[in-house]
Amino acid sequence: MSLDLVLDWWVNNERLIDLLVTALGQTILMVSVAAAIGFIFGIPLGVLLHLTKESGLLSNGRLNKSLGVVVNIGRSIPFIILLVALIPFTRFVVGSSIGTAAAIVPLAIAAIPFIARLVEGALLEVPSGLVEAAQAMGAKPKQIILKVLLPEALPGIINAATITLVTLVGYSAMAGTVGGGGLGDVGIRYGYQRFDAAVMMMTIVILVVLVQVIQTIGDYLVKRVDHR
Amino acid sequence: MIEIKGVNKVFYQGEREIKALDDINLSISEGCIYGVIGSSGAGKSTLIRCVNLLERPTQGSVRVDGTELNALSNKELTLARRKIGMIFQHFNLLSSRTVFDNVGLPLELAGVSKQAIKEKVDSLLELVGLAEKKDSYPANLSGGQKQRVAIARALASDPKVLLCDEATSALDPATTQSILDLLRKINKEFNLTILLITHEMAVVKSICSDVAIIGGGKLVEQGPVGDIFAHPKTELARQFIRSTLDLSIPEDYLARLSSTPTEKSYPLVRLEFTGASVDAPIISQVAREFNLDISILSSNMDYVGGIKFGLMLAEFFGTEDATEQAITFLKKSKIEVEVLGYVA
Repeated sequence: MSLDLVLDWWVNNERLIDLLVTALGQTILMVSVAAAIGFIFGIPLGVLLHLTKESGLLSNGRLNKSLGVVVNIGRSIPFIILLVALIPFTRFVVGSSIGTAAAIVPLAIAAIPFIARLVEGALLEVPSGLVEAAQAMGAKPKQIILKVLLPEALPGIINAATITLVTLVGYSAMAGTVGGGGLGDVGIRYGYQRFDAAVMMMTIVILVVLVQVIQTIGDYLVKRVDHR
Repeated sequence: MIEIKGVNKVFYQGEREIKALDDINLSISEGCIYGVIGSSGAGKSTLIRCVNLLERPTQGSVRVDGTELNALSNKELTLARRKIGMIFQHFNLLSSRTVFDNVGLPLELAGVSKQAIKEKVDSLLELVGLAEKKDSYPANLSGGQKQRVAIARALASDPKVLLCDEATSALDPATTQSILDLLRKINKEFNLTILLITHEMAVVKSICSDVAIIGGGKLVEQGPVGDIFAHPKTELARQFIRSTLDLSIPEDYLARLSSTPTEKSYPLVRLEFTGASVDAPIISQVAREFNLDISILSSNMDYVGGIKFGLMLAEFFGTEDATEQAITFLKKSKIEVEVLGYVA
């Protein structure tokens, strides 16, 4: 596998390039929509996990335990199994159990507990003294969450977003199972099943670049908002 | 302004019951700077946190500006807390906000308009001398500057009471002094009642008008600072007073010190002056009257609330008789004398 070979392949495989571009688009679509949904539900869940802890602002042991169990169940099911197990639910939500949209549902479901735990961890790093100071100056619980906890945990939450996106890129490789397409799917079908090493290589290179870009942007943003 | 009556606080550590506060009664009048001093674990942090109910007392009543806080609903308590400022040992500034936005936070919480916030915050930053730092983040400030920002923030909602939870304990002595000066200034300017807790008697000495001494969850002594320094009734009070003076014997003297007198050895004595001591030029009197030469090794005299007090280490050079007479005379003048040993 030399550079010449790749270049040669690039010139002679316009159709495959189209395929890769489409696949990249699908991957980005699946990952970003799933991550967006994941954050919409995952951040509040993470906040709730943090607040209901013993010594938390809205301490509620029973709620905390049950949420913890649900989150742990979500996190312990291997994604490929979740993908198949959720088929009825997926069909109910998007009307079909195959295609890119259908792949987004299990990706989002898998992302929620993942994000919730990461956000919980990020909130844990906010010194408890800050919450106390906010209480002392007469902040309502909602204000403490929106004006103290979340802004102070923002670097950690952005970091969580980066990790989530990278993980979802990995998960999306399995979306091919339900006809979701994407780079991983191309890699498996062309590279693994058809022994086309060049396509395999290309998908891997694109995935590596994609992950690098996500991480770089994430790191940059963390640096921008982190004033600790 | 602050009335604490019969406050108890019990913590449970598993099965074990820990009495953090034991029947605390404290009355702090408007406009005074009240100090509560105690060693770590004495319960002083719990006490100050009971004043704005960050910690709910197990029993007892806490009144601030005539309002019984314990009887308020959560919502009312949140509003009542806006009239009680608080500053902390570790400042507790939000790292994600600039100095300006940190000071403006209490106003933002109260729903004050942007324009009004700007005016108030600018004037407060002027007051604490940090106007040019308004766009900095706390991470770029020194400890003293952070505490100034915290003070400005605590003053933002025009509180009637300021609680200081070990506010100077993380600062070096010079910075501590400047923060205390600032506290004294705002106390005068706004007639602000200040309750501060500390483990340093030096802090109490320098700004408080009244002091309470807390040990093992109990208030063992309280009163005007001058009175406590003059007539400490308990061993704990005496210890804290001594801690502000603390004179130790120099190394080389310690090496030459023996517990029994020999020929050609002279006694090393520690004199403790308290409020009860006779106020007279006693050292030169003793020297003259008993024909004694007195060599002062080290001495730390201080003046608090009209009371002179202090410690002194000195060698008495004279005959054995003269020394004995001198010591008797000093004791009669209500100066505590302790012969530490004999230096050859």
